[in-house]
Amino acid sequence: MPAPIRLRELIRTIRTARTQAEEREMIQKECAAIRSSFREEDNTYRCRNVAKLLYMHMLGYPAHFGQLECLKLIASQKFTDKRIGYLGAMLLLDERQDVHLLMTNCIKNDLNHSTQYVQGLALCTLGCMGSSEMCRDLAGEVEKLLKTSNSYLRKKAALCAVHVIRKVPELMEMFLPATKNLLNEKNHGVLHTSVVLLTEMCERSPDMLAHFRKVRQLSSSQLVPQLVRILKNLIMSGYSPEHDVSGISDPFLQVRILRLLRILGRNDDDSSEAMNDILAQVATNTETSKNVGNAILYETVLTIMDIKSESGLRVLAINILGRFLLNNDKNIRYVALTSLLKTVQTDHNAVQRHRSTIVDCLKDLDVSIKRRAMELSFALVNGNNVRGMMKELLYFLDSCEPEFKADCASGIFLAAEKYAPSKRWHIDTIMRVLTTAGSYVRDDAVPNLIQLITNSVEMHAYTVQRLYKAILGDYSQQPLVQVASWCIGEYGDLLVSGQCEEEEPIQVTEDEVLDILESVLISNMSASVTRGYALTAIMKLSTRFTCTVNRIKKVVSIYGSSIDVELQQRAVEYNALFKKYDHMRPALLERMPVMEKVTTNGPAEIVQTNGETETAVLETKPPPSGLQPANQANDLLDLLGGSDITPVIPTAPAIKPACAGGELLDLLGDLNLTGSPVSAPAPQIAQPPFLLDGLTSPPLFNDVAAGIPSITAYNKNGLKIDFTFERSNTNPSVTVITIQASNSTELDMTDFVFQAAVPKTFQLQLLSPSSSVIPAFNSGTITQVIKVLNPQKQQLRMRIKLTYNHKGSAMQDLAEVNNFPPQSWQ
Amino acid sequence: MIKFFLMVNKQGQTRLSRYYEHVEINKRTILEAEVIKNCLSRSKDECSFIEYKDFKLVYRQYAALFIVVGIDQTENEMAVYELIHNFVEVLDKYFSRVSELDVSFSEIHLL
Repeated sequence: MPAPIRLRELIRTIRTARTQAEEREMIQKECAAIRSSFREEDNTYRCRNVAKLLYMHMLGYPAHFGQLECLKLIASQKFTDKRIGYLGAMLLLDERQDVHLLMTNCIKNDLNHSTQYVQGLALCTLGCMGSSEMCRDLAGEVEKLLKTSNSYLRKKAALCAVHVIRKVPELMEMFLPATKNLLNEKNHGVLHTSVVLLTEMCERSPDMLAHFRKVRQLSSSQLVPQLVRILKNLIMSGYSPEHDVSGISDPFLQVRILRLLRILGRNDDDSSEAMNDILAQVATNTETSKNVGNAILYETVLTIMDIKSESGLRVLAINILGRFLLNNDKNIRYVALTSLLKTVQTDHNAVQRHRSTIVDCLKDLDVSIKRRAMELSFALVNGNNVRGMMKELLYFLDSCEPEFKADCASGIFLAAEKYAPSKRWHIDTIMRVLTTAGSYVRDDAVPNLIQLITNSVEMHAYTVQRLYKAILGDYSQQPLVQVASWCIGEYGDLLVSGQCEEEEPIQVTEDEVLDILESVLISNMSASVTRGYALTAIMKLSTRFTCTVNRIKKVVSIYGSSIDVELQQRAVEYNALFKKYDHMRPALLERMPVMEKVTTNGPAEIVQTNGETETAVLETKPPPSGLQPANQANDLLDLLGGSDITPVIPTAPAIKPACAGGELLDLLGDLNLTGSPVSAPAPQIAQPPFLLDGLTSPPLFNDVAAGIPSITAYNKNGLKIDFTFERSNTNPSVTVITIQASNSTELDMTDFVFQAAVPKTFQLQLLSPSSSVIPAFNSGTITQVIKVLNPQKQQLRMRIKLTYNHKGSAMQDLAEVNNFPPQSWQ
Repeated sequence: MIKFFLMVNKQGQTRLSRYYEHVEINKRTILEAEVIKNCLSRSKDECSFIEYKDFKLVYRQYAALFIVVGIDQTENEMAVYELIHNFVEVLDKYFSRVSELDVSFSEIHLL
């Protein structure tokens, strides 16, 4: 049989193949030749054949029949054979093959070989693919090699030890004594690998970590100072040609040491203190003109952020990140944005300083950078900068790639909900999102939006007008059309009557409104859900419009024979409404009440009260719908100390009674009084104290502190408990009670526990108290916050149980609190 | 931790591959093809770090050859970027002005 071709020839022939099929053919031919050569047990060319096999394996072809051959090569005495054999073993074998255990003996012999290169090969292979059994058998050998003076072997042994520890963590203890002297080496290779070994040990086992952190008296082998010393030498030493990379000495080692310092310093004050100086030094001395310097600075910043560094150092780190952001190199900017995202939770204010740069990054061309900048921008939005940030984010939404639009839209909704300065702004923002990225908005945003619109009663006319204008031009974006149809159905009368305080009112006739709704129904672009919305809206307009009722009847009866089952059902029911139940029609199709908001993402309640399921709504709704807005009006006007109000059944413009709420918000938001004369005198009287309340005392929510009188809930045996109240205007059924417990006796009360129970219709949430000791002589108090959810607006009652230790004995008492002021629960 | 180290040319042919974690052989080719597709679609101005599935790719282009390293979240991306360059410099010294052919033909694994 002719001698097998060399590897180079093989590669050359494969390169001449022009198609995949040709290549496969050549490789198969060669594989066959190799297989027959293996069968002949030919020692001289085995090495060459295995090399070719490895090449073919790299290209992706199966090569498992070469595994045994690798073993034979390893067993041979020639160095070249061994080299290829070990390489093959590393590439082809892993612990899943049974064959690998046969290697153990070979490796053991080679670890004790006289030539260091052979020993090195064996260590490499073991470190690459050793299984747990192999590692257990050979760990002793590795440990012995870790202590030799030969630096070539030492560094390989250290890496092998890392692998052993990963596979068999119990063996970590075995390597501990050897590590003591590792850092005393001069050779950078050994230093590097030892740092890796130490890092691995510290990451894997908290005991090891504690051991390394321990300060040992009079010993120069404390780990942190040693590392600091090595790092200092690296920075201060002059040019060393063998370790230099673009002017910096061994940056890889520097980065490794910094990472180990990070692990050692995390959550540990002593170690962190020892590192502060060197970190500051690295941060200031490293040259930033090349990528290398920046890599080191990046690692330094990560370390500073993770350990318990002093605040000056943290500010330095954030400034470095800010400088990175201004750099022209994309990589650096990306890295800076990623790190800022990690630190924004803890160092919020510092990151805010760089807000404008971050917002500029939104306009970058690079996809990765844009994504990071978007996430970071959302994290930075707060009450002060929300208007500016929103403008930028909306502009970004306009121009970004489709994969971002959904995330961006959701983010904008969340931020707007939390920080909206006024209802009008909130609605404007949401409309802007719907018109620009309408089709990417999540489905549950629609009910949220509808609920928001119903809540802002004074904005109804404005909202419906804007929505109408929006869909006049384009009704392809489903969420937008759904919201618009719902609103037009509800508030169509406002639209037609041309009343709008916020904007130029437009002249719309009833026919035009019906035109647009019908075109939504007919259009092919509308989803069936959208059509449902449109049909219901048309039906609702039958009570609000006066001259076009016949047209509505006609439309509804047409859809009685629609193919879509949902539409057909609705149409048939509405038809029945016209024919047989015409007397009930006005009551049934009355304006929807203000919806309760359960949670930001809570779908259940909102979906039920949604205008969609009107067939279920038939029985119950008309009477309560009158009371709800009036109740809200009652408590708000009470707050203002106004006159008593009779409940007003809302028919056409339901703006007046509940307008007071909007007034209050507008006062503190935009400071422009709009509309309704009814409540105008009242705010002016009460205005100064509320403004001051809102501005000076930090309220729990970003809303008004409502000035509800506080009560003394319990006063016995020297223990006095006061309740102070706050209501949120965003969620009228939540009352926040802050209890203050004070002690007028001459001895402290310890282990104080406050428990509360409320009737079933309420929900209670107790946050943790400020402490459990009430000092004597009224010299201090315990505060605790209770949140009460009262969706049915029933009178608040509470039973409280107090347990504490006083004068050496345990005391316990039960009491009922009934004197809640009406404003706290209405 | 470095997951893999690839040298792939623009046509998608793998010149060198080294995996530090076990990956099935058929998955390797798919992985390499996807990775090279991601890298080729980036322009020169974009940054060298791509997020791919659950790890990051750090890539660098040298003439017609892409060197791609897959790392997980704990690694310093910029240090790896430097490592790639260091590797290329070593190759350069070893082969004196390395080119793609050298990479294909030599037993670069042993390095």
